Amino acid sequence: MRQTGQVPILRVAGVLLVAIQVDLGDTVATALQEDVLEAIARTGSTGLLIDVTGLEMVDSFVARVLVDTGRMARLMGTETVIVGLRPEVAGTLVRMGFDVSEVQAALDIDEGLERLGCKVVRRGAD
Amino acid sequence: MAPTEAAEAKVLTREALPVRSEDDVVLVRRRARELAQRRGFDGFAQAAITTATSEIVRNALVHGGGGEATLEELDRGGRAGVRLTCRDEGPGVLDLERALRGGFSVTGTLGLGLSGARRLVDEFEVRSAPGAGTTVVLTKWARR
Ligand SMILES: Nc1ncnc2c1ncn2[C@@H]1O[C@H](COP(=O)(O)OP(=O)(O)O)[C@@H](O)[C@H]1O
Ligand SMILES: [Mg+2]
Repeated sequence: MRQTGQVPILRVAGVLLVAIQVDLGDTVATALQEDVLEAIARTGSTGLLIDVTGLEMVDSFVARVLVDTGRMARLMGTETVIVGLRPEVAGTLVRMGFDVSEVQAALDIDEGLERLGCKVVRRGAD
Repeated sequence: MAPTEAAEAKVLTREALPVRSEDDVVLVRRRARELAQRRGFDGFAQAAITTATSEIVRNALVHGGGGEATLEELDRGGRAGVRLTCRDEGPGVLDLERALRGGFSVTGTLGLGLSGARRLVDEFEVRSAPGAGTTVVLTKWARR
């Protein structure tokens, strides 16, 4: 649907899916954030799945971009779920002292879609 | 001190990499991971040294105006290690104590880089003086 460098933004079942497969430099990460928000506005998607299975490392910069993207998406009426966080990456973030309380996470894309799917249905119903 | 801890760290390889651009930050952390992999680090230790390297090298670029990163593969009494020495000639860390406590940042970011990196590695040293630049040395040892 749209490319930021090597990161495609796809629309799956009414949800935006961003699968990060490569180690992101700071500028690419920031550009990706902007592209995701634009895609939300353009498609009116109420759910955003960020698949980070391919990320071997999440440092404070990447973590901030991920958390901020979720916050901004929420202001646009979109729920964000991060999926596929590797155990060693989750461990590293917690050990560094990140507050992960506001991050919604799921094990894999299926579980993430399920979670967002429920919300999409509920929202369309009222 | 246990005898193995007292053994001196042998430097097996050493390479110096420039820290001049964002791409350099990616290259240095990628190299740190390769060395950790080669030294037989488990996934958690690999992520720890890679992430800590990323934080420190980015700081040298963003706060220190660039510098040089040296990566070493170590062996101490049969235990594998990876060490990063990152130096810049920037303004130095103004309030080191506060910066190491975490949550303090001049750029309005998270301020978890320095304090976070320290928590991720086994040995951590910062040498910094106003106007005299900053050198950070960190070492991660493989789990036994
Ligand atoms: N190499 C450096 N040169 C000068 N100041 C530094 C350096 N590294 C860190 N600092 C200072 O320490 C603070 C904390 O660093 P860090 O925890 O990485 O947070 P951040 O980089 O997000 O500001 C920085 O805001 C900066 O003031
Ligand atoms: Mg930093």
